[in-house]
Amino acid sequence: MTLWTAILAVAAGSFLIKAAGPAALGDRTLPAWSTGVLALLAPTLLAALVIVEVLGRRWEHVDLTVVAGLAAATGVWLLRAPMLVAVFAGVVATALLRLVTG
Amino acid sequence: MDRLTGPQQQRDLGTPRQRFTGGMRVGAGLAAASFVLAIIFGAAAHEQGWSFTATTLASVLVFSGSAQFALLTALAGSGAAAPAIAAAILINARFLPMGLALGPSLSGGRLRRALQGQAVVDASFVAAHLGQGRFDRYRLFGATVVQWPAWVAGTVLGAVAAPPTDLAHRLGLDVVFPAFFLLLLLDELRSSRSGYAAAAIGAVVAAVLLWWVPPGVALLAATTGALIALRSRPPHTPEPALENER
Repeated sequence: MTLWTAILAVAAGSFLIKAAGPAALGDRTLPAWSTGVLALLAPTLLAALVIVEVLGRRWEHVDLTVVAGLAAATGVWLLRAPMLVAVFAGVVATALLRLVTG
Repeated sequence: MDRLTGPQQQRDLGTPRQRFTGGMRVGAGLAAASFVLAIIFGAAAHEQGWSFTATTLASVLVFSGSAQFALLTALAGSGAAAPAIAAAILINARFLPMGLALGPSLSGGRLRRALQGQAVVDASFVAAHLGQGRFDRYRLFGATVVQWPAWVAGTVLGAVAAPPTDLAHRLGLDVVFPAFFLLLLLDELRSSRSGYAAAAIGAVVAAVLLWWVPPGVALLAATTGALIALRSRPPHTPEPALENER
């Protein structure tokens, strides 16, 4: 029962959060000064997501094999490989390192 | 109809159908990643004793990996519903500023816009970004429309097959999402110089705050890095020498 309550509450909360911005704005446009801020929202959020995924709460997730995997993915991507291929290279690098270091 | 894109620019972007398929192409890679992550979620929920229906419905309705994992972890830790719900909703609080950013590029009345806003997930938000703070809703819809079924299908597979959870770790699958986010970030930075400073601030704020607050709060606070755009005018610097002479 607790589980169902929790799932439905989170679903409702997420719905409202995603609905709030568009519904509040309606067909109004945002003021001119905000365009620059919005343009930077994507890179800022992506950087924060990477950090949160890699470090975790209290930096408890820190794992050098993950960092190495990310480096491998970046390297392959810089060599103009498609994103999916680069990510796969990162996964393989991490898996191999874990296999070797056990 | 589009407020942010004039007729000329719209032609450059292609027809709505082309923009939609463009979004689908970006979404496809992330759909593959979502599928893998969803299997892990399904397996973890199964291990926690969630029923098949509850696990699947969570993915159908919530459609957010970070929030669902937060819920799973918090419920496993304490069993109390309220803190778990709060943790999961806070994780998704970042969709509030993203919804505000996307709002002007959606269409119709408030209700219709609120429903269109449901298509916002991290990768789709990035896929829909045309640069200079302009967004394209067709790219947003296209990117999301491929990720949602992948997310649900992966969850079902994970809940049914229930692979051992350490298998995902051995296969290095925990690299999939940070790697995608990192490459999307590098891709964004190619077209935006000022993005470097904002991304650096976002990263540092998130890293520091992770010591004290849940990840959701750290994520939300990190978005303030984008406010650096307000300082794009060179700030007035007082003469430093004056202070020393007195």
